[in-house]
Amino acid sequence: MGEGQTSLIAMATYSFRIYVVANRPSSRVALANLRALCDEVVPGDYELEVVDVLHEPDRAEVARIMVTPTVVKLAPLPRRRVIGDLSDRDEAAIALDLSYVGQGTDQGGPQ
Amino acid sequence: MSPLADRVPKLPTGIPGFDRISLGGLPANRPTLVAGTTGSGKTVFAAEFLARGIVQFGQAGVFVTFEETPGDLRDNLASLGFDVAGWESEGRWAFVDASHDYDEAVVAGAYEFNTLVARVRHAAETVGAVRVVLDSLAAVFSRFHDAAAVRLELSRVISALKEMNITAVLTVERTHDYDAIGRFGVEEFVADNVVILRNVIEDEKRRRTVEILKLRGGPHRSGEFSFAIVPGEGISIIPIALISMRRQASHERVSLGNAELDAMYGGGAYRDTVSFVSGPTGIGKTLLACHFVAAGVEAGERCLLQSFEESRDQLLRNAGSWGLDLVGMERSGLLRISSEYPEVASLEDHYVSLRQLMEEFQPRRIVIDNLSALERVGTKRGLRDFIVGLTSLLRHKEIASLFTSSTTTLVGAPSVTESHASTLTDAIVLLRYVETSATVRRAISVLKVRGSGHDRRIREFRIDDLGLHIEEPFTAISGILSGSIAQWPTDAS
Repeated sequence: MGEGQTSLIAMATYSFRIYVVANRPSSRVALANLRALCDEVVPGDYELEVVDVLHEPDRAEVARIMVTPTVVKLAPLPRRRVIGDLSDRDEAAIALDLSYVGQGTDQGGPQ
Repeated sequence: MSPLADRVPKLPTGIPGFDRISLGGLPANRPTLVAGTTGSGKTVFAAEFLARGIVQFGQAGVFVTFEETPGDLRDNLASLGFDVAGWESEGRWAFVDASHDYDEAVVAGAYEFNTLVARVRHAAETVGAVRVVLDSLAAVFSRFHDAAAVRLELSRVISALKEMNITAVLTVERTHDYDAIGRFGVEEFVADNVVILRNVIEDEKRRRTVEILKLRGGPHRSGEFSFAIVPGEGISIIPIALISMRRQASHERVSLGNAELDAMYGGGAYRDTVSFVSGPTGIGKTLLACHFVAAGVEAGERCLLQSFEESRDQLLRNAGSWGLDLVGMERSGLLRISSEYPEVASLEDHYVSLRQLMEEFQPRRIVIDNLSALERVGTKRGLRDFIVGLTSLLRHKEIASLFTSSTTTLVGAPSVTESHASTLTDAIVLLRYVETSATVRRAISVLKVRGSGHDRRIREFRIDDLGLHIEEPFTAISGILSGSIAQWPTDAS
């Protein structure tokens, strides 16, 4: 979305944004789970932006965030949106298009 | 208003009629629950609360929508005459869009419903909101299954609104029009202030009402009040007898268009009199009404003739046969004839269009011919509200008026309209058929004239091509009003 991230996005294939409330356990768990999943499936090829809705309510409004944590996969397209702390790893992997890579394929490119 | 009423400050809503029945508006800096079934007008009420704030009081508002999208709301509200998009661009109206989002379908683990406070607070601070609406609570509960979490977040929203000194309207769905207020347990946070909207069917007739169940600290009117939702205008509550009991009664007398009748009234009707003319079909009620209008036109007054019974053409033809030139009066610009079948609209809508007509034409006299026809489209209660609302307005504006009403039988027994109207009107004129010696004659009697002496005798009248003529009192008979005529001295009791 923002132009400021261009350089990073250009380098990483996967781009995620996660909306959290910083001090909430579910938000902390979600962030850890998302990092773990990415490190496992697309190591080094993702970038992650954290938005704290209490500090940036305007961005929460634009994205119509009702619950935290909410994870949005921005790239590659299509966009995906998942809510929850991602403790259900398989569900999270499928929903974020990160499952096929995890099935033993080596370093497979996107799609 | 009593001094007690001022203890809890109220924020006038600006919704026509509502500030009257609530004695000043909604409790300021507090939330009020507006409950109703689907289609009862909750969203319109809530939106109008914001819109009136912007237009009439320069108060910005935030609309938190859990149900309809902002796009749909903009469109729907435009049809009521509210330029929401314009207000948004001026920074006076903001949406918090919490309408259903299908992207959120995928759930992977635990989550919290906890962004609403931040979003509402942000929107309210951005526009400097004085008023906030949450519409509707049912929608948010149906989407998030953890009701306890939703309740918790909503209670936080409500606390935040109070802290920001915001007056809020929260709508909540009910399953039945007469039932518990809501079923989500949110009521406890806003239990102090509850307004109920209903859209009920009585006697196969639809009727919208608003009832204030309770308002913290201050008094308010109790009971259900009829209202209409008017295109281009919004909600209009019919204010039953709420126009304060008048500063001063008028001392000006106006002619009823018939010298003898003026004499029976004790010298014409007071300017602010609502006269009620009752009689069976064909006896001359419309004729009397036409005389009343003619007298107005002659005095240079604008007159409105609202017919719910006869078409314009019928009316003009009949008046012509009595020597009354309504066409000429219309051409002079002093007479406006409006003819409508009662069935084209609800009672509430009729009330509102009459009011609009009065605003526009500014008549000094009004005739409604005839009230009984309206019984076909309204409930008893609705008709009573209509008459009370109308008479209050007419007295307030000091418009001399005359309503006609049909009796269902040719002699005797009153109709529904009569029993309602008689206590609400200032003067009652009865027209009756009288059968004596195998001849049907016509009788006129002035039953009451508020604030004036009047002729208590029952007089005979006749109708010819010059109109209505009142003659001598009947003598030697009794029972004319009850319909059981007796010749004196047969019945001496």
